[in-house]
Amino acid sequence: MNARRRFLAGLAIPAVSAVTTRSVFAAPWQPAELPEGAIGEGRLESLPGKVPLIKRSYRPPNFETPIDFFREPITRNDAFFVRYHLASIPPVDAKTWRLKVGGDAAKQPLEFDLARLRKEFQPAELVAVCQCSGNRRGMFQPHVQGVEWGVGAMGNARWSGIRLRDLLQRAGVADNAVEVAFDGADGPAMEGTPDFLKSLPVERALDENTLIAFEMNGKPLPHFNGFPARLIVPGWTGTYWMKHLVSVEVRSKPLGNFWMNPAYRIPAGLFPKVDHFKTQENAQNQPITDMVVNSLVTSVRDGQRVKRGQMVEVAGVAWDGGRGIRDVEISADDGKSWYLALLGNDLGRFSFRTFSHKFRVGEAAPVVRVRAYNTRGETQVEKLIFNPAGYHHNVVQRIRLEVA
Amino acid sequence: MKSKRWIVAAALGAAGVAFAAQEKVTLKEGPGMDKVRANCVACHSLDYIALNSPFLDEKGWDAVVTKMQKAFGAPIKEEDRKPITEYLSRYYGKR
Repeated sequence: MNARRRFLAGLAIPAVSAVTTRSVFAAPWQPAELPEGAIGEGRLESLPGKVPLIKRSYRPPNFETPIDFFREPITRNDAFFVRYHLASIPPVDAKTWRLKVGGDAAKQPLEFDLARLRKEFQPAELVAVCQCSGNRRGMFQPHVQGVEWGVGAMGNARWSGIRLRDLLQRAGVADNAVEVAFDGADGPAMEGTPDFLKSLPVERALDENTLIAFEMNGKPLPHFNGFPARLIVPGWTGTYWMKHLVSVEVRSKPLGNFWMNPAYRIPAGLFPKVDHFKTQENAQNQPITDMVVNSLVTSVRDGQRVKRGQMVEVAGVAWDGGRGIRDVEISADDGKSWYLALLGNDLGRFSFRTFSHKFRVGEAAPVVRVRAYNTRGETQVEKLIFNPAGYHHNVVQRIRLEVA
Repeated sequence: MKSKRWIVAAALGAAGVAFAAQEKVTLKEGPGMDKVRANCVACHSLDYIALNSPFLDEKGWDAVVTKMQKAFGAPIKEEDRKPITEYLSRYYGKR
């Protein structure tokens, strides 16, 4: 959106666009690898409509989900992480909200209100992980600049709405379309700052699983998760999941802006298995696309005390970029022997998959390691694949337990 | 230019009113702190500084300031660059 218009709109009702937080002065669990300053600033504080989350920054609001909320496969709406790039976040009134569909490669421009979108298009629903590209950035060694996230810049929800494909087909996609670009109602606080717009390859936009969601876990999207409508791009990182969606533009030329390039880039070929985004690639780098295989242990923490002979449960969630989790292997002896974990209900290939495994504590202090595999046989890495923006951290966790 | 200045000034004012009570961010006292506060707070809360510490050296903080100017359009005066970078690397820099 135009910065001045948005700014003036924001002025009219400042109370809603302001980030009001309530500190509860509690220290949440955070990975020890985070920068000292990030741990110090990472207090539990709550945004309107949210339970206390780990505050990374007030404005724009960046708040992380504490690890205990990942004990369940579905992340609660009021505990779902919050991520914004730009500080002007106007309130959106569902009654006056409009979605514009157009662009030079759309056959006819259209405009919809919420009621018409719901009435004229088939409902669609799926469970999918939304993970910030920079989740676990704070655990990079050496540290890289950015929002120093721990493990909770992610969440898994049931998203309901309509298919983007149906909307695009109504407008008509011309043969020369290469990308579809998206804009949200939020934007920069200053005119010189580039507005946050993102694009998808046209094939991805036309994929049956790319949705415009109005609901999250059966309730309207929370304000800080994109009310009243956001894009759902299952398997791909959160940067493409445009919040407060107001514009869909079918383009005959690639979108060029700061947020497409140089931001959100990985070095060319460094992660050879990820999806391509051909119209945005160059010899040096390519856009981040789908998530790499990953897992998070939620039942035990590094340094936790256990007793000899005690049964210990290793449980958590595993996910990937949409191939689906096939297996999760668990070791309690630092990788000498591995066991297949029990997997929880399959909520679809884009969802968290819960896992659990129990072992009895022997003489030696247990060192727990967990690695997930997807249906293509890809797994997590033993050593960090360093990249300057701090993306795709999926190093196998190593959790040392102490025997009391 | 006139209207742009007005918007920046208004943004600073509104930011002050809307956020001052909520953002309990204090910076370490030292030369350059006022320039950091004046130049950074219009677009983002000051906790971004401590969040990214202490691992950037002077070159690293200089790159951050350059990114704010070039990529994000921060109207930082050329004479303010040095004191800002010096403050950031002295108080929030790599140890």
